[in-house]
Amino acid sequence: MPIIYVGGLIFGFGLAISGMARPEVVLDFLQFEDFGLLFVMGGAAVVTGLTFAVATGYLDRAPLTASEYTRRVKEFDRNVVVGGAIFGVGWGLSGICPGAAYASVGIGNYPILWAVIGMFLGAYVQGYWRTLRSSTTDVTETVSS
Amino acid sequence: MSELTPMLALGELFPRGILPYLLGGLLVGLGAAVIYLATGIIAGASTFLESTLSYISDAPRFNRFKYVQSRDWRLVFTAGIVSGAAVYAVLFQGGIWTTEVQWWRLLGGGFLVGVGTRLGKGCTSGHGVCGVGSLSNTSFVNVATFLAIAIGTAQLVQAAGVAP
Repeated sequence: MPIIYVGGLIFGFGLAISGMARPEVVLDFLQFEDFGLLFVMGGAAVVTGLTFAVATGYLDRAPLTASEYTRRVKEFDRNVVVGGAIFGVGWGLSGICPGAAYASVGIGNYPILWAVIGMFLGAYVQGYWRTLRSSTTDVTETVSS
Repeated sequence: MSELTPMLALGELFPRGILPYLLGGLLVGLGAAVIYLATGIIAGASTFLESTLSYISDAPRFNRFKYVQSRDWRLVFTAGIVSGAAVYAVLFQGGIWTTEVQWWRLLGGGFLVGVGTRLGKGCTSGHGVCGVGSLSNTSFVNVATFLAIAIGTAQLVQAAGVAP
């Protein structure tokens, strides 16, 4: 747990120093006024990419949990595109994504709580809807079998 | 005329310079790398939403094993992000900073971000940083989709005269 806190600390400090905790900076990128965000995502992906490559290739198991090192590879389906598109509309409208929103709270940006509330509402509605949908599918499957 | 020429200059593409972005990005990656090397956990920021909802909702979706099992460390991770940004604010920012972006954009955009990241299996940190770092095709598709749509949306909003 302490190491996760330290990791989060570095992560949040990085988001703040990069300006990502300020929706205006993200919106400037999306409106082609400042391309700095490419260096944030690119720089971060290079560091994680090298870390993943070294760990999965040369290291044994994580010292604290004994879990095996893996890559983050998720299964592809339609939701990846639909969800990405919905996220894109939200990101373009607000300039805020989850990690940056938490960092924004840290720099004292209290209006960002609107976005945090919105994210929780969105996640809740999404989860609730999927719960409903999966229970109706279960019913149909039971009926048909 | 005068609008076109400076677009070509590097300084215009990066009015705030490159260094804070690059340094910030490397630190974001380092934060994720520290957690990964110590625990094998691949940290994303958006699953926190669902895993935290499992504390207050008994909907089965939020109480799936992977959320309930990870909800405690995700709280710690998020607390770390908030305090890391606070450390920056105390050291370099000189007081609190607040956005001018209107509340309805934050609320509405936040709502769609909440739906979209959960449906799409990740966000800018999960797909954008860790997924791309893993060379995952799923993540490349997700990132390309949200980048294109976000650019279009932000340009439309700007064209509609909404500012900030």
